[in-house]
Amino acid sequence: MRFAARVEVQLRPGIADPEGATIERALPALGFDGVAHMRAGRSFSFEVDAPDEGAARRKATELADRLLANPVIEQSRLELEAL
Amino acid sequence: MAARIGVVVFPGTNCEYDVVGALEAAGGGGELLWHGDHHLSGVDAVVLPGGFAHGDYLRPGALARFSPIMESVVEFARAGGPVVGICNGFQVLTEAGLLPGALQKNGRLRFLCQAARLTVTSRASVLTAQATVGDELVIPINHFSGNYTCDADTLRQLNDDDRIVLRYVENPNGSLDDIAGIANAAGNVVGLMPHPERASNALLGSEDGLVLLGSLVGAVASVAAA
Repeated sequence: MRFAARVEVQLRPGIADPEGATIERALPALGFDGVAHMRAGRSFSFEVDAPDEGAARRKATELADRLLANPVIEQSRLELEAL
Repeated sequence: MAARIGVVVFPGTNCEYDVVGALEAAGGGGELLWHGDHHLSGVDAVVLPGGFAHGDYLRPGALARFSPIMESVVEFARAGGPVVGICNGFQVLTEAGLLPGALQKNGRLRFLCQAARLTVTSRASVLTAQATVGDELVIPINHFSGNYTCDADTLRQLNDDDRIVLRYVENPNGSLDDIAGIANAAGNVVGLMPHPERASNALLGSEDGLVLLGSLVGAVASVAAA
């Protein structure tokens, strides 16, 4: 079976995010008020071949933890969908 | 015979010739190693120089860690061989798990290219053995992701074990505890963001980097003599 995977990587809560902070500081100048806690991140999408959803999830999670995210400072979230 | 120090070239590395020249000024011999090779050609020490290995794609150091030569570098480091990562090389060492913590984007998102004042805070490493604790060195920094971070336990351990080898006098990048360079527990693996090779000749404005590179050359000589 083939699955579409989407992995979202963000800095862990508590780790300073200068990119998010800079974006947030720019918002009032553009007229956006009342926006808080901006965090920047990255998203990756790919397809995985695996016998079932559990196996696909394990493979994608390992890939995310070993490469896409640096677990020292980042966390990842996986979404999986059968194709 | 001069110490043979291998300087690893990844696609995108750009400080390798400066490092080789500075190692020679410090009394050692530098030679280039290609990231795609599996062996270290019998060198006595390894330097991972600065630049943008693999274009810094994904994160600085994230892909370099999977270059074929890194398996040998990790094995060499675990066996006690001297390994120094400068700037991008420091980022590679943290991604490879040879040093704890991570280098994240500078506070205020500034790319920094300037001389930095550093204090030597530990001699317990192959890079600082010949320096004096408390000495101030002026060495250039040139990075976007030099903001060292780690968890509280790791920081406590680094401090308790005297593994923070260099600190910024005026913190330029938000680095935790003013950290500019750290060592592993044995002191044979060191990572630092400043570029000692760019402070290796008075004509360049500073030769303060020579005491660091000279320590590395000396560390090799003392291993060879033992």
